[in-house]
Amino acid sequence: MSAPKTGRSPSGGWWRARLTSRDGQTTTGRTLRFEVPGWPGHRPGQHLDVRLTADDGYQAVRSYSLAAPAAGETVELGVQTAPDGEVSPYLNDVLPIGAEAEVKGPLGGWFVWTPETRGPLLLVAGGCGVVPLMAMLRARRAAGTLVDPCALVCSVRAPGELWYAKELADPTGTEDLRVLYTRQAPPGEERPAHRLAPDDLEGLPASPETRCYVCGPTGFVEHAAALLQSRGHPPGSIRTERFG
Amino acid sequence: MASLSPGFHGRGSRSLVERLPPGQYPTESFPVLSAGPTPHVPTDTWSFTVTSENGESRSWTWDEMRALPQEQPVVDIHCVTRWSKFDTRWEGVSLDVLAAGVETSAGFVVAESFDGYTTNVPRADVTGGRAWLVHSFDGYPLSPDHGGPARLLIPHLYFWKSAKWVKGLRFTTEDEPGFWERAGYHDYGDPWREQRYWNDA
Repeated sequence: MSAPKTGRSPSGGWWRARLTSRDGQTTTGRTLRFEVPGWPGHRPGQHLDVRLTADDGYQAVRSYSLAAPAAGETVELGVQTAPDGEVSPYLNDVLPIGAEAEVKGPLGGWFVWTPETRGPLLLVAGGCGVVPLMAMLRARRAAGTLVDPCALVCSVRAPGELWYAKELADPTGTEDLRVLYTRQAPPGEERPAHRLAPDDLEGLPASPETRCYVCGPTGFVEHAAALLQSRGHPPGSIRTERFG
Repeated sequence: MASLSPGFHGRGSRSLVERLPPGQYPTESFPVLSAGPTPHVPTDTWSFTVTSENGESRSWTWDEMRALPQEQPVVDIHCVTRWSKFDTRWEGVSLDVLAAGVETSAGFVVAESFDGYTTNVPRADVTGGRAWLVHSFDGYPLSPDHGGPARLLIPHLYFWKSAKWVKGLRFTTEDEPGFWERAGYHDYGDPWREQRYWNDA
């Protein structure tokens, strides 16, 4: 039997994926890394489907965003445990390290950004909506594309809900990184806790050529996209991805 | 073959198989998905235009559309992101009525929306009582985030075919892939055959 050719999707489009590591990001969010032999690579912002199979053959599939740019056969997912979820609690708390699931992808050809895309970049995240935007930010950092301005605005309810806190605090970054707290601000924070407001975007890229990516729960995306339009971003420059 | 997903039992109901297409799960909520900001289209400037492959066209204002015969389809809907919603209640105009506005023998139709979104379907899929232009959901005017003031409803295909904020249908002799169909999604999108992505059969 010969090994499958790299880049060619196996039968039915499903790749076997072995869980190699799991790290906590927030109380309910985890970073999961899988080895996927034959994975063809992907673009920042894309997602994949994860398929679980029970002993009786029952299967469940959910989509998860890829959190890091392509890196060989390793894929990194950001998974938020959904209350009463069927798949996310299992992935985050039960699937043993070394065990397998199946994945299909990469998926999605719209909510993507690559370092070849020039011009200002404005990323706006609500909660775990930061996951696909993190893949874009990491790709930008890796490419050293530092001429064009770039900003990431993360809206979270409370300090414990910020994903990638350490990496976002990295002083070597040249991006404008802003964390907004909507319910409970950390001690010493001057901005009182409230939802994303026009002031929070002051000084960030505002030209019509700016590429805007907004990801989060529906209410957040509706609010953020309306706000971006009110500061002059044309609708066609705003790409959105929603969940929940 | 080693056992996959050890310890996974699943909580989905195995008894819904007859109504649930493969790979879907039922939801009571109504998730919103769209590629960009929600456009707000006032009904006093709204119009809907059907254009034939020869350029012949017919338009309806909001009031003219509302004066056409109305139907109240109750249907199951299936999103490619894997949720399905049973017994959704809509009100609107059969696309048979609107398509009859022009003479056409084209094999395909492109739905065009106010935000620039497009999606393509075979003409046979929007006629024969299987598709509607709907303006109400559950007895209320369709909200902007769900495609109001009016969207398509083509329940036998994945829901991205049911274009939100739709402003017209354009009949074409050649199949013209639309927005998601060019961005990786299947050209036809039959939920029962799991036609989700480009490489699906």
